Amino acid sequence: MSAAGSPFALPHLEVLESEAVHVFREVAGEFERPVLLFSGGKDSIVMLHLALKAFAPAPLPFALLHVDTGHNFPEVLAYRDRTVAGHGLRLHVASVQEAIDTGRVRERPDGTRNPLQTVPLLDAITRHRFDAVFGGGRRDEEKARAKERVFSLRDEFGGWDPRRQRPELWQLYNGRHAPGEHVRVFPLSNFTELDVWQYIAREKIELPAIYFAHRREVFARGGMWLAPGAWGGPRDGEDTQIRTVRYRTVGDMSCTGAVDSHAATIEEVITEITASRLTERGATRADDRLSEAAMEDRKREGYF
Amino acid sequence: MSTVTDTTTAATSLLRFATAGSVDDGKSTLVGRLLHDSKSVLADQLEAVEHASRSRGAGAPDLALLTDGLRAEREQGITIDVAYRYFATPRRRFILADTPGHVQYTRNMVTGASTAQAAVVLVDARNGVVEQTRRHAAVAALLRVPHVVLAVNKMDLAGYAEPVFAAIAEEFTAYASGLGVPEVTAIPVSALAGDNVVAPSAHMDWYGGPTVLEYLETVPVVTDPTADPARFPVQYTIRPQTAEHPDYRGYAGQIASGVLRVGEPVTVLPSGRTSTIAAIDALGQSVDVAWAPQSVTVRLADDLDVSRGDLIAPTAGAPQVTRDVEATVCHLADQPLLPGARVLLKHTTRTVRALVKDIPSRLTLDDLSQHPAPGRLEANDIGRVTLRTAEPLALDPYAGSRHTGSFLLIDPGDGTTLTAGMAGEAFAAGPGEPSGDEGWDF
Repeated sequence: MSAAGSPFALPHLEVLESEAVHVFREVAGEFERPVLLFSGGKDSIVMLHLALKAFAPAPLPFALLHVDTGHNFPEVLAYRDRTVAGHGLRLHVASVQEAIDTGRVRERPDGTRNPLQTVPLLDAITRHRFDAVFGGGRRDEEKARAKERVFSLRDEFGGWDPRRQRPELWQLYNGRHAPGEHVRVFPLSNFTELDVWQYIAREKIELPAIYFAHRREVFARGGMWLAPGAWGGPRDGEDTQIRTVRYRTVGDMSCTGAVDSHAATIEEVITEITASRLTERGATRADDRLSEAAMEDRKREGYF
Repeated sequence: MSTVTDTTTAATSLLRFATAGSVDDGKSTLVGRLLHDSKSVLADQLEAVEHASRSRGAGAPDLALLTDGLRAEREQGITIDVAYRYFATPRRRFILADTPGHVQYTRNMVTGASTAQAAVVLVDARNGVVEQTRRHAAVAALLRVPHVVLAVNKMDLAGYAEPVFAAIAEEFTAYASGLGVPEVTAIPVSALAGDNVVAPSAHMDWYGGPTVLEYLETVPVVTDPTADPARFPVQYTIRPQTAEHPDYRGYAGQIASGVLRVGEPVTVLPSGRTSTIAAIDALGQSVDVAWAPQSVTVRLADDLDVSRGDLIAPTAGAPQVTRDVEATVCHLADQPLLPGARVLLKHTTRTVRALVKDIPSRLTLDDLSQHPAPGRLEANDIGRVTLRTAEPLALDPYAGSRHTGSFLLIDPGDGTTLTAGMAGEAFAAGPGEPSGDEGWDF
């Protein structure tokens, strides 16, 4: 019997959707102060979409938190503010720039601000006493993330200890935590990059324009096309040029690279990533190349 | 909902499976081979593996590095925790729970098997069925994994000889069916050489069955939900209290089993109050019928007191409620489980206080013998437990439902997940006695 032939077969996206909605409702049912990390990237956009469906027709029972590196793509900030206003959401912003200005963190010599997000994030979690923090992390992204639980307990320093992870069985998620600890929750754990795009297509979800091919001024650094900006590029000897590119991930401008692409629609993007021989992070994230265990090390420090 | 046809997704189903195998029987190579030969390893991942292999002085890329993700794992060359891998073929998408093989990590195989629809058990053709193989078969039976694949690996080192394979397959199948495993498929493979993993082997003409990947692509994943009674654990009450929806009161949850239909008489447990289903909202669309595993919101015709932790079930097929729980458990935590322990029990969306009344026996997985009155369960132990709960639970036997028959025990002090539980009498329901075992009661 083929699955697709049964009247009770559910397309895999619907199985993943039901599972993610289950996770959102579990958290809303068991925690006092959840918050949803929202960067304006495709994974957090899909998370928000699922969360809105999970509680409809009631409003979202938690707020959003954006960790703002200060080096954002303007299109993404505009998208964020439009989305927050359109759905009547509450948004908290944790600012890396403010953390630098107040001496909480120090700018790195390479100008990358991605690792600097950890301190403002943990400060915001402490200040607002968030006990559950939804993140858009997917297990297919990275080897350390393949080991991540759906409910991931973080200690009072926000740290992840892979050896102390709770076993997670069936769909019984254990969210118990001591005061000061919190739980990171990953509703998209079982989605892959392709699933995310197929879900965006199925649900007709609007994305920031930089996900689609456009002509943009870029320069080459470390094998990637970076966009010039106030964040500090290009340096002397780095020449800019106009190319037709798009972004596979959206993050800090200093370390998120564009890829050459003519994919201008969701369908063309799906065709492109289906044929791609590079992972999204391998193609476009400088910070993951820092060491073999870069992600694990950052997660241990409290990164999402 | 289900009527939506979408060319990009409609034909694709999802299979969750777990792998199990002893240390050094080639499990990482098999997983690496599945990922690599199904073209699920992308260039930058392979480059990273080649780079890491070179920097360790290895001549060839070590495919195990694809799956061992943590520093400690790479340093020690072992897998210490369950990892989840994702790959796809044109026919199906796969979620692989990659579980460590080491004896002391039985709890990790239990974790991986808890959500698996199929389990791939590896044996080394030169060694045949060993204690660890029996342990894996027992865990698969205990967790009620519907389909078990025996991959007889390293056939290249056994001269690709049919009698070697046939003897192992026969021994394992007899053993597994004694445990109540409903279906076993045996496949001769060489993960290293790539025989019968993704591509059919040129060395084993005598084998006419599927490759491992073909099997995984075609094993049925859809069961008929109308065969099971409906179970709907309430997760969350949705009450907008807005101008647009002043009176909306919906019970949100994921259907654990069976089918829900508008107009059906239902009972809310544990209170036992009855009503009928007035409406079902399937994530934005009003539907007349919905089934497991859909997440939906149910509205009832009467204004009952229903909240998180309650279970909605058809009045005609509602489960009993009980405060006395008998179960087979796998102990997960490093601190032992002792009779008299006061714990929390999490069952579906309900968490209640519970007392460990007794631990009547412990199972030795090596020979499946039971040891009466062990006094305690240590990490990785599997045993029988009786519990008394502070509030009644609508608990099904695990044999009937993996969702409403499973529970966790949690330490109320520090929140540690202590124990995974499967309600009901026994896990081996197969006819006849398992070979050579007396006093079998699991």
